Amino acid sequence: MSHYTLDAKRMMCPMPVIRTQDKVAELQVGDTLEVTCTDPGALNDIPAWCRINGHEVVSSSENNGEVIITVKVGDA
Amino acid sequence: MIKMQATQRKAVALISGGLDSLLAAKAVMEQGVHVEGINFYTGFCVEGHTHAIRKKDKAKPKRNNALWVAEQLGIKLHIVDVIEEYKDIVINPSHGYGQHMNPCLDCKGFMVKKAHEWIAANGFDFIITGEVIGQRPMSQRKDTMPVIAKESGAGDLLVRPLCAQHLPPTLPEQEGWLDREKLFDFSGRTRKPQMALAEQYGFEDYAQPAGGCCFLTDAHYSKKIADLWTSRGERRYELDDIMLLKVGRHIRPKKHFKLIIGREEGENNFLSGYRKMFASIKTTSHAGPLTLIDGEVSDQDIELAAQIAARYSQGRTADKVEVEFTDKKGVSKLLEVTPMPVSQLDEAWQV
Repeated sequence: MSHYTLDAKRMMCPMPVIRTQDKVAELQVGDTLEVTCTDPGALNDIPAWCRINGHEVVSSSENNGEVIITVKVGDA
Repeated sequence: MIKMQATQRKAVALISGGLDSLLAAKAVMEQGVHVEGINFYTGFCVEGHTHAIRKKDKAKPKRNNALWVAEQLGIKLHIVDVIEEYKDIVINPSHGYGQHMNPCLDCKGFMVKKAHEWIAANGFDFIITGEVIGQRPMSQRKDTMPVIAKESGAGDLLVRPLCAQHLPPTLPEQEGWLDREKLFDFSGRTRKPQMALAEQYGFEDYAQPAGGCCFLTDAHYSKKIADLWTSRGERRYELDDIMLLKVGRHIRPKKHFKLIIGREEGENNFLSGYRKMFASIKTTSHAGPLTLIDGEVSDQDIELAAQIAARYSQGRTADKVEVEFTDKKGVSKLLEVTPMPVSQLDEAWQV
């Protein structure tokens, strides 16, 4: 199981979701992906995308206009 | 004797985030078909969170309706970035534009074509859309709906459950994958049948976007695209262009440059992300917006731009306002200008 990062700063939703989706498709079950965004909409959209597609949000935080969401890849 | 269990058929539903595609997907799921959603991101989708840039809108819920619909249905949603491919649809629509810069017929054909490619690549059987005959003046008419089926290549694999009974039977109906009698006969612009069906299915709080789901149906936005193309002398755009057209006050005092002036803090923050791509002006003696300059400017142009920018600052009635001009390389200089009086701000400059 490996940890990866994704820079989705300055992208407006749904682009951070699309980039997350495309990156997760390359990863293995149990891998984690830390996504950094500046669109606060990602705080809703990435967790929603994870719920729909069987992945888990391990953590999410917002600080100084930056949103960091860590996704654990599920086996759906 | 062992009874063979029928293969569960699989369909992909075009999910916009509105009510019709929600109901269309649900109607097919009710018949035992495995449904997954697909949503195409063109850059012009209202579903994006551009509205969240403005501070006054920050309190509003920021849900993405396509994701919300998929969650209500309990289906997967595949969001596909088609920004590059979609440019040709916007720039050269073979069926022309609607009332504004909306190439609705080409757009729907394009999306169904992409969905058709997707089902071929992913082993799905057919495509669902939420189209209703007579609902939209360009793409959802009795004479144009067959055009979409034909030009997309989807043919009889394209099912419109909400108005299927007005259309020839599709392959899923002919093969018995779908019971035509359990599909619908909606038509026209009335929303009552959809609202009744939503109630029957138990859906509440669904999105009802008044102007559709695309910025290209917006008169003001379309005018700004037309201005962009005229000023460039060619019909071309990048994603950053279409994002910036959604933000700020756009003023073109000369043919070769345009100002994009933030209207409030949220927009100023968003525009500041573009300071390496554009020259900018910020008032320093008074509080004021950030102004980006789109185009190459001379010293005389910078003076004019600074006067206009100062007019939108707190110093609009002051004799002099100090501004900082910064070029794309980050080199700054200070200028002192007289804010332009409203009477001199030509209405024709407003894009």
